[in-house]
Amino acid sequence: MAQKSDIVLEVKNLKTVFFTNSGLFKAVDDVSFTVTRGETLAIVGESGCGKSVTALSLMRLVPDPPGRIVGGSVTLEGTDLLALDEAQMRAVRGNRISMIFQEPMTSLNPVMRIGDQIVEAVRLHRNISSKEARSIAVEMLRLVRIPEPARRAKEYPHQLSGGMRQRAMIAMALACRPALLIADEPTTALDVTIQAQILALILDLQKELGTGLVLITHDLGVVAQTAQRVIVMYAGRKVEEASVEALFAAPKHPYTRGLMASIPAVPASGVPAPARLNEIPGTVPSLVRLPQGCAFAPRCKLAIKRCEAEYPPLADWGGGHLAACWRAEEVAEVA
Amino acid sequence: MSEVLLEVTELKKHYPVRAGVLRRQIGTVHAVDGVSFSLGAGETLGLVGESGCGKSTVARSVLRLVEPTSGQIRLDGEDITHLSKTALRPHRRSMQIVFQDPFASLNPRMTAGDIVGEPLAVHGLATGKELETRVAKLFEQVGLRSDQMKNFPHQFSGGQRQRICIARALALGPRLIVCDEPVSALDVSIQAQVINLLIDLQREHGFSYLFIAHDLAVVAHISHRVAVMYLGRIVEIADKDDLFRNPRHPYTQALLASVPIANPLAKRLAPLVDGDVPSPVNPPSGCAFHTRCRYAMERCKTERPALLDAGDGHQVACLLNAGTGRSQ
Ligand SMILES: Nc1ncnc2c1ncn2[C@@H]1O[C@H](COP(=O)(O)OP(=O)(O)OP(=O)(O)O)[C@@H](O)[C@H]1O
Ligand SMILES: Nc1ncnc2c1ncn2[C@@H]1O[C@H](COP(=O)(O)OP(=O)(O)O)[C@@H](O)[C@H]1O
Ligand code: SF4
Ligand code: SF4
Ligand SMILES: [Mg+2]
Ligand SMILES: [Mg+2]
Repeated sequence: MAQKSDIVLEVKNLKTVFFTNSGLFKAVDDVSFTVTRGETLAIVGESGCGKSVTALSLMRLVPDPPGRIVGGSVTLEGTDLLALDEAQMRAVRGNRISMIFQEPMTSLNPVMRIGDQIVEAVRLHRNISSKEARSIAVEMLRLVRIPEPARRAKEYPHQLSGGMRQRAMIAMALACRPALLIADEPTTALDVTIQAQILALILDLQKELGTGLVLITHDLGVVAQTAQRVIVMYAGRKVEEASVEALFAAPKHPYTRGLMASIPAVPASGVPAPARLNEIPGTVPSLVRLPQGCAFAPRCKLAIKRCEAEYPPLADWGGGHLAACWRAEEVAEVA
Repeated sequence: MSEVLLEVTELKKHYPVRAGVLRRQIGTVHAVDGVSFSLGAGETLGLVGESGCGKSTVARSVLRLVEPTSGQIRLDGEDITHLSKTALRPHRRSMQIVFQDPFASLNPRMTAGDIVGEPLAVHGLATGKELETRVAKLFEQVGLRSDQMKNFPHQFSGGQRQRICIARALALGPRLIVCDEPVSALDVSIQAQVINLLIDLQREHGFSYLFIAHDLAVVAHISHRVAVMYLGRIVEIADKDDLFRNPRHPYTQALLASVPIANPLAKRLAPLVDGDVPSPVNPPSGCAFHTRCRYAMERCKTERPALLDAGDGHQVACLLNAGTGRSQ
């Protein structure tokens, strides 16, 4: 178990809802996890399962209306972020906790030079001269391995390639040396060779700076290659949590197991390639009309009567391997 | 290889780059810059490469949705590169395409049944009751219920919409289906359904796929042979297993090494290439990969390597391989 003092982020029973025309739904429902210093926690799941809303909740950036955090706590370095007023939160955001997105232009200003944007971000939180901030900006661009950083600092976002923009956004997010970095699908839009470069960069910097990292992705390959611990989400809930080794060696939740069997493997990669891909029947359920019991029940081969009636509790199956399934113990044999 | 269905020779597609009020040409996009390959009947050829390398342009040229700048496209031995619209019509029936975004490619105001039946109606192959029966059959083939024929595209999930696109592509009994990123927009659990469907349909009907995807594992799973493109050219083409087990081109090696493996105990991410893909507007001279290649030699800057056979139909375009290969 991690030392208490090592814990950077502690999320407890987070609940975020949306009020929409088609009804109220829980995008994030009773989600808890912790991140320690220098650790990478991956959150994996299919589109709409609540990954991004979880991230936005941690940043207190859920659009209100239609969304609202209605329960739980988000404790960063001992402070409950949900109890802060907006001014206090602004002092934390981009400073102690930062976020990078799939699309770098979400956080970059198109009409401002890259260097100036980093300078502005740094001076918002630190009382330093613009000259000092400028040298930090160039240093950050060097750190993210942008060639000729002093010259690039004077360029506008559109003058950079996609991979380079991603690097600039990372430079900005890390400029204040946050305790926690949230990366929401940071490489999903990138080509595979650039993805490898950016992931390696994020992991290197994280090690160097000791940052805690929450990495959100739908790609199990990215999870396996980056994370120490993994959370699997389904329909707004955490359905499984384990160390990356335990999760891949013996997934406890039928959904996780199904997902792993449904992805093809590259030949000669050490992962056996299935002759035929496993299909998970049906589709991801609408959050507005969730079944009463286990949300995965309509698609689950192992479902029994009880699954439809009662939601299974998250139980520890040993060594901190959590799974919310009535039949978790049998999954390895049956599925 | 079985009988050749499609043969593409030295295909080029260049686009002018214009700027200023006078729209003067200031450069040329070498979208496809001399691509040759053949596709056998019942075979699946995977086409991989990074964004902008020309995959979709190859696909669209083959279907004559864009006019090639030069080169030749032969379908069943007949040169269709310059056929007029009317002369091309019978061939249109044998070539179909399935796109990435199943929503953008479906008319939101037509019912799913009308969308699937449209090619049959347009080609005057069926009307009335017969049309309905044939559409119902197509629905069944792709795993949709025939009572869903009355529904509109927005009433279907992403995976189901892709099934509608596949049913429409099947309607005319094609011999070639070009799939341009057909599962990229789908959720992981839905991807498997669509990939299995595509494989099953091929087994049943024996048509060929030109299959484009950026996910190398997906391409490896579905293809018999794989071609790797870089900046408008094919740099390597080989049997699937051969290509993945024994990649010869430095770019293919870098590409494969970049794929994140879904096994935490397997190798770690080790990028083998730095930097970004150069612009296709003024692609590097000689071997276009020389700006990023860790084996680049002086002559790579000036000599353009040809795609040569390195044995067993494994073709590579790299000066390092030139000594061992022979011209095809
Ligand atoms: N109509 C056009 N006019 C000008 N340039 C074009 C046109 N169509 C494509 N291009 C350019 O040609 C090159 C190849 O494009 P293409 O769409 O074939 O790439 P791709 O390999 O399919 O990429 P992706 O993986 O992103 O789909 C790109 O540089 C693209 O910008
Ligand atoms: N601004 C919003 N308004 C209404 N619903 C939203 C909003 N943002 C997200 N949602 C819904 O919340 C759920 C979870 O979304 P999200 O966290 O973005 O999923 P993902 O796991 O793909 O990141 C989805 O059903 C989504 O449609
Ligand atoms: S609780 Fe029941 S339905 Fe849900 S995953 Fe477990 S076995 Fe399947
Ligand atoms: S020809 Fe030269 S630059 Fe091109 S791939 Fe081969 S070694 Fe590298
Ligand atoms: Mg998201
Ligand atoms: Mg394309």
